[in-house]
Amino acid sequence: MKELWTLFITFAQIGGLTFGGGYAMLPMLQREVVERYGWATEEELTDYFAIGQCTPGIIAVNTATFVGYKRRGVLGGICATLGVVAPSLVIITIIAAFLQNFADNPYVQDAFAGIRVCVCVLILRAVEKLWKKSVVDRPSLVVFALVFVASAFLDLSPIALVLLAGAAGVVLKALAQKGGDRA
Amino acid sequence: MMLLLRLYYEFFKAGLFAVGGGLATLPFLYDISDRLGWFTHQDLSNLIAISESTPGPIGINAATYVGYLTAGPLGAVIATLGLITPSIIIIIVIAQMLERFRSNPLVDKVFYGLRPASTGLIAAAGFLVFKNALWSSEALSILSAIRWPAVVLAVVLYFAIKKWDKHPIWYLAASAVVGIVFHFSAL
Repeated sequence: MKELWTLFITFAQIGGLTFGGGYAMLPMLQREVVERYGWATEEELTDYFAIGQCTPGIIAVNTATFVGYKRRGVLGGICATLGVVAPSLVIITIIAAFLQNFADNPYVQDAFAGIRVCVCVLILRAVEKLWKKSVVDRPSLVVFALVFVASAFLDLSPIALVLLAGAAGVVLKALAQKGGDRA
Repeated sequence: MMLLLRLYYEFFKAGLFAVGGGLATLPFLYDISDRLGWFTHQDLSNLIAISESTPGPIGINAATYVGYLTAGPLGAVIATLGLITPSIIIIIVIAQMLERFRSNPLVDKVFYGLRPASTGLIAAAGFLVFKNALWSSEALSILSAIRWPAVVLAVVLYFAIKKWDKHPIWYLAASAVVGIVFHFSAL
């Protein structure tokens, strides 16, 4: 019971501090889920993000369900997910009810222009950490570089990229084994 | 009652078919607006502005906002629950399969390829946010297109985070203050 509550509250904090979509939640996930509670490893987080890319639904929700389920089964998955959506529910309902012009307020615009810069830097730091765990040799560096270019400059669908990368993993490992046998 | 059920059903569908994160739910919302007239396209552009100025995943913010417009606070809850139900079911099924097949060497190989790809996708998303935050597309020359105050803030933040590694909330709050003091939205 207590751990279900911890899951809910932790993910509520993460949801409440995620500015600008699922990726922005990564720094918070690393801090709370990996470093503080040890609910998942850095590698598992990248796995969840990859799976979240090609399954329906919002990445933040998918990741919360994964971590919660891993900890405490179905109920854990539900608690973590309700936690991650709770702040949005409260904040957006208040804004929709009372503050329709909220986004036009100049102070809000200035504050969020500053926050967006911070989110960039937080994501950069998060990528540095993931890099150490996922780009482990030359083939994985190539996969990283190709996916980065295809996604940032060619606007290819992430689903296709994730599926191709999974297939590439199988092929690359097979080639490495073959090379190893010969050597 | 019928309206709430309908709301749950429509957002359940959006949650089931929108693949690839929160922004992927937007086309479904436009479709709901066209078919059912619960809210207008103008409401949806307001929603995007609000979503960018509040915490929380964009898809969830969208469901809450639109659900509220359609049926009040209860509508907000119902629409959000509708949106997340398919994810919860699908991810729990996948998580169970992962547990069962974790020792399978094939799964191991697939993830060997997936991990750098996942990092690449996150880096690409970060790169696009970077471009939007530090670069103004309307400017005439390359040099004047760079938002120097934002670049300075980014560099300072980078080294501050590297040095102290405090909870992200402190850096976010400090950046909001810097943004207000130096009128960042006008840059």
